[in-house]
Amino acid sequence: MGTIAVIDYGMGNLRSVARALEHVVPGGVRVRVTAQAADVLAADRIVFPGQGAARDCMRALDAQGLRDPLLKVAQDRPFLGMCMGLQVLLDHSDEGATPCLGLIAGRVHRFVSGERAADGGRCKIPHMGWNEVWQAQSHPLWDGIVDGTRFYFVHSYYAEPDEPERAAGITEHGRQFCSALAWANLFACQFHPEKSSAAGLRLLANFVSWDP
Amino acid sequence: MTVARRIIPCMDIDAGRIVKGVRFESIRDAGDPVEAARRYDEAGADELTFLDITASADERETLVHVVERVADQVFIPLTVGGGIRNVDDVRRMLNAGADKVSINTAAVRDPDVVARAADWVGSQAIVVAIDAKQVEADPPRWEIFTHGGRRPSGLDAIAWAQRMATAGAGELLVTSMDRDGTRSGFDVALTRAISDAVDVPIVASGGVGTLAHLCAGVTEGGADAVLAASIFHFGEYTIAEAKSAMAAQGIVVRL
Repeated sequence: MGTIAVIDYGMGNLRSVARALEHVVPGGVRVRVTAQAADVLAADRIVFPGQGAARDCMRALDAQGLRDPLLKVAQDRPFLGMCMGLQVLLDHSDEGATPCLGLIAGRVHRFVSGERAADGGRCKIPHMGWNEVWQAQSHPLWDGIVDGTRFYFVHSYYAEPDEPERAAGITEHGRQFCSALAWANLFACQFHPEKSSAAGLRLLANFVSWDP
Repeated sequence: MTVARRIIPCMDIDAGRIVKGVRFESIRDAGDPVEAARRYDEAGADELTFLDITASADERETLVHVVERVADQVFIPLTVGGGIRNVDDVRRMLNAGADKVSINTAAVRDPDVVARAADWVGSQAIVVAIDAKQVEADPPRWEIFTHGGRRPSGLDAIAWAQRMATAGAGELLVTSMDRDGTRSGFDVALTRAISDAVDVPIVASGGVGTLAHLCAGVTEGGADAVLAASIFHFGEYTIAEAKSAMAAQGIVVRL
């Protein structure tokens, strides 16, 4: 029935990601947390999570020999990036002036201290908590999820794709930023679906049945 | 369109069980952290905090298993605090499935532990718990206390908050030891002073007795999240009632 590889390159604990996927997969689908290139290449679907700093993430991918397998599977099968797994898909991150994977043209910037939110409050960094995600395009991963639903975020940097049509979700924290990206077989979210209760589980279930 | 202010029920855990229990309708086991966590998720809690008050080191290990069982079944953010001594303790809790670990006494004893932990696991996972008591009235000044509020450290609370944010704390949990357990409301002057002094989010804690207190934590205290225990556990108010009360004050909440 197929395998979902959750890529474990040492950046953060993947227990919650794996459990949330196991919660939504149909019988027969295996969720495999793996650091092995062979497992990644053999999987039917790829989940690419990540926490921590961009430079550490890129170093870890290279140290584990996962950059090339990742670039390959990102071309040809359903691929879900999450949090740092969204940011490193772009060309470059301001965090540690880090060149990234370049799968989507654009850059990653830091939120600016002292910006004001729509309610007049000062925007805190990290952007932490449940914020609205406005769907910038219709997409199978939004199926059954109401436009403007709140998901759980925790991050200090945000993605800015060169081509606005790559944005799948828009969120505001002092400024509007791209909280989800979509292109062909790639989908990536800045928020944490595995920590976003029912809405997050629905998005993961949509990914599991997505046929791009 | 703005990030919602969070409501965080806090459960005290002793030897793997919730102290005093949590009262939900038709809950089978009021002391079971997994069942309580699931109910709080269904009720709309934005996040959960487990505070380990276990005295013995042997039984402390049971908290790791509690965290594993909760994180396997409840998919909202989970913070664990109490008795965290070093970076190894932080990693153990994160590996068990916690999203954030809160450090208190260990940070006062060795401030570098916060920087080391943040360096290892990222700031997003590190909360510094600040237990403060007012020591001067006009202008107000607060100091950090440790060991459950019994031991003064001589550290100024505002300066300490700034230092911890700089060291890598991704969030500060601010508890007024003057108000904790009194049900007379947060020390909103303390919360406001710290919230204005740092960029990182602030969780207000200590003293909630009414829904108006929760609202004041945000509107007067400038808190990004409010933490409470007894008003939720004993069924006085539901999470939904708390959110309605906050929304009625113009506070953005996740409904």
